[in-house]
Amino acid sequence: MIPPIGSSTTGATGWQPQPVALARAKSNERARKIFLGFTALPVVLILLVTLGLLIRSWPILSTYPLQDLLFGEVWKPSKMLFGLLPFITGTVWITAVGVLISVPPCLLVAIYLSEYAHDSTRSFIRPILDLLAAIPSVVFGVWGLVTIVPFVESTVMPFAKAAFPYIPFLKVDQPTGFSVLSGGLVLAVMIAPLLISVVYEVLLTVPNDLRRASLAIGATQWETIRRVLIPQVLPGIIAAVVLGASRALGETIAVLMVVGNVPQIPTSIFDAAYPLPALIANNYGEMMSIPLYDSALLGAALILLIIILIFNVLSVIVLQRVKQRKWE
Amino acid sequence: MESHIQVKDLKVSYGKQEVLKNVNLEIPRNRITVIMGPSGCGKTTLLMTMNRFLELNEGVTIAGQVLVDGHNIYSPDVDVTEVRKRVGLLAQRPTPLPMSIFDNVSYGMYIHQMRKETIEYKQAVRHYLELAGLWDEVGKRLHDPATALSIGQQQRLCLARGLAVEPEIILGDEPTSALDPVSSAHIEHKLLELKEKYTTVVVTHTLRQAKRLADHVVFMYLGEVVEQGPAAEVFGNPREERTKQYLQGLF
Amino acid sequence: MIKNFWKRKHIVELFVKLVMMFSIALVGGSLLLILATVVARGLPALTWEMVSQTPKGGFYMGKGGGVLNAILGSLYLAGGGTALALALSLPMALVLKTYLGDSKAGSLVRLSLDVLWGIPTIVYGAFGFAVMILLGMRSSLLAGILILSLVELPIMTRAMDEVIRRMPKGLEHAALALGSTKLEVATKVVVPQMLPGIITAILLAFGRGIGDAASVLFTAGYTDRLPSSLMSPTASLPLAVFFQLSTPYPAVRERGYASALILTIVVLVVSFGSRALSAKLSKYTVK
Ligand SMILES: Nc1ncnc2c1ncn2[C@@H]1O[C@H](COP(=O)(O)OP(=O)(O)OP(=O)(O)O)[C@@H](O)[C@H]1O
Ligand SMILES: [Mg+2]
Repeated sequence: MIPPIGSSTTGATGWQPQPVALARAKSNERARKIFLGFTALPVVLILLVTLGLLIRSWPILSTYPLQDLLFGEVWKPSKMLFGLLPFITGTVWITAVGVLISVPPCLLVAIYLSEYAHDSTRSFIRPILDLLAAIPSVVFGVWGLVTIVPFVESTVMPFAKAAFPYIPFLKVDQPTGFSVLSGGLVLAVMIAPLLISVVYEVLLTVPNDLRRASLAIGATQWETIRRVLIPQVLPGIIAAVVLGASRALGETIAVLMVVGNVPQIPTSIFDAAYPLPALIANNYGEMMSIPLYDSALLGAALILLIIILIFNVLSVIVLQRVKQRKWE
Repeated sequence: MESHIQVKDLKVSYGKQEVLKNVNLEIPRNRITVIMGPSGCGKTTLLMTMNRFLELNEGVTIAGQVLVDGHNIYSPDVDVTEVRKRVGLLAQRPTPLPMSIFDNVSYGMYIHQMRKETIEYKQAVRHYLELAGLWDEVGKRLHDPATALSIGQQQRLCLARGLAVEPEIILGDEPTSALDPVSSAHIEHKLLELKEKYTTVVVTHTLRQAKRLADHVVFMYLGEVVEQGPAAEVFGNPREERTKQYLQGLF
Repeated sequence: MIKNFWKRKHIVELFVKLVMMFSIALVGGSLLLILATVVARGLPALTWEMVSQTPKGGFYMGKGGGVLNAILGSLYLAGGGTALALALSLPMALVLKTYLGDSKAGSLVRLSLDVLWGIPTIVYGAFGFAVMILLGMRSSLLAGILILSLVELPIMTRAMDEVIRRMPKGLEHAALALGSTKLEVATKVVVPQMLPGIITAILLAFGRGIGDAASVLFTAGYTDRLPSSLMSPTASLPLAVFFQLSTPYPAVRERGYASALILTIVVLVVSFGSRALSAKLSKYTVK
């Protein structure tokens, strides 16, 4: 006798063990309890990390005004000034530029993969994305250092200087290519595999019937995509972008290697910046001598963590919803 | 009788499996043609060649010709979207687009830019909803999502949506098999009404429905057309042994 | 019905397709460019000495030696982290499948795994270091392994979960119907059947672990010596790249590129290896 589909996924109840199988059932029950404990681990870990950072950053959070921490413009630990604003704005700039550069082509690639590509094309592109996803952050950094930074310096910046001298956020104020733009370009490539695969999966949740209904009345594929598919999966696409942004926010080594690490509030994509993760990476471990320094850095980590947790939770919930949506 | 669609030497395979073997067919204009045959004999496949839907499946090879008004819709210079505009499809399960009732009906007209003014769209939507026998039920809630309708209503909405792009031919792949008897009768009724103006090709598994609808019958078996002809002949006095057996319910 | 190519919708369709092709070329081109850059810069300095020796005195000013310390350190770190992560994630993935399924609790666990996955490794690193200070620990191989296992845990579990969820329903039901308990189903049916996928998940996590710099920066530390015990600091390849590129000496930077090439090769071998291995193994499983 085969139990009805789905019965096994709802739990061990409903199954009456035979007397001979009682011992086995007992070990099954014990396993169940131990194992169920396991699944609490991820939640516990998230809480643990947050709590750990909170405790260690408590000294600064309780003595230093939060307002000055978040919006202070000066970072001078030796003078007890811990303004994180330059680092926060740096992070936001680099992430925004990276996401803006990455999203349009990634959306198109994902749409191509799900709507146009044949199986053979797909099996050709998949490994490219897998490889891109497998490349370590530091290698992206090397690439950025030897390719992107010089490219920005020798090509993009002179061009922007000549072509858009009056647009504020394209102003060229510094001589080197270590800039927000370089960081953004490196990030754009780094988050591409994630963006593409998440959007692709979201598109796969749309049933074929819907595409066919539109094609059947003579719509072109692009019309179908634009008018039927995209409105339908928009929440999923937004969630994918937010997920990509949260990945970009926390990226450390690769960005650190190409953005210049100058603690200033950038006003142009050609300015150097100093993102939060770089601040932590460059200074943590050397700060024991100055009181509150350690606490301030962990406070920075906590801020980063909280922003990313919010982004992540929101996008992951939306994506779960999108994937589990029951299509009639 | 003048034929509207001609199928000539049509061969279709999925990968290496040949599912249509040299099909030749004549489908008369402004009549209802019913395609029958046991499950898996290639009815859906045949129907999908007529609006160039079959090529949406991966790994399909199609050889031969399908002529609509004497023009081969598989010739390379043909505009697939025009073919699909001319040859409407009523699917097995109703598939309302995820938009309002109004937008569902106007979608095709909008895509093909068939109207200019908003008021024209409004009139046209009303017209086609009436034609599909749905206006009385939804006229007051045109901006509700289409998915809120009952399955039977959804299928009539799909009919209205298809009619709105002014096709000449309506294909139906078991269009009532997902519906309750009343809705099913409703659709049948509509198809009979519409046959004055449209050439209709319907696949069905129910013999009684076939008898109610058919002017012309095509009987298929294992990828071949075994018999085709006027309904009275095929039902009353089938020439082929296999048709006879099928009609007696032996398959 | 003759196609008019100049109709707006056909032009738009063509244009969109072209832009899509261009986007694909952009993504593929980036990958090629990255690989080409690393190979072009790294190959000239890649010598046998690089992979077979530890740094000699004055290594960071251009004198002799290699990065064997970092290569071995990375293998130990990622290997240990992966083993530890596996010990936790395999049971977790099985529980997710067998006891929680697609229930609310299951969704919650998957949600938290995805969120855990999204936490930046620098945060893990900082957290780890904070805990180490609290416990009075110094940076060590063990600390690096512990943090890397945290980094790898969510990616491994989720990858396994996806594989296990895709298992044909019939198999499990057949086993249950024969009188197996859920535990037996999990260990005797699910695991062997899913072996290729599980191996892919392990290698995926290993790749992520070996390439990460931010998490081991404070926890494993760095040393020129070969890793000798769980309690001694341990070098790693990503940090070797990073530190060598931070020096002003061209000869050292050259070796930084070579180290990046070594790291890239390791990661690509793991990535291709998992692909090939799972393709080979999946021949023997029920589809
Ligand atoms: N996408 C596909 N890929 C491979 N084979 C297919 C595909 N669709 C149909 N077939 C095969 O082609 C043959 C004809 O299928 P088709 O759907 O046309 O039959 P049918 O007459 O419509 O059957 P039914 O009455 O059950 O709807 C069948 O043997 C089927 O297995
Ligand atoms: Mg069929």
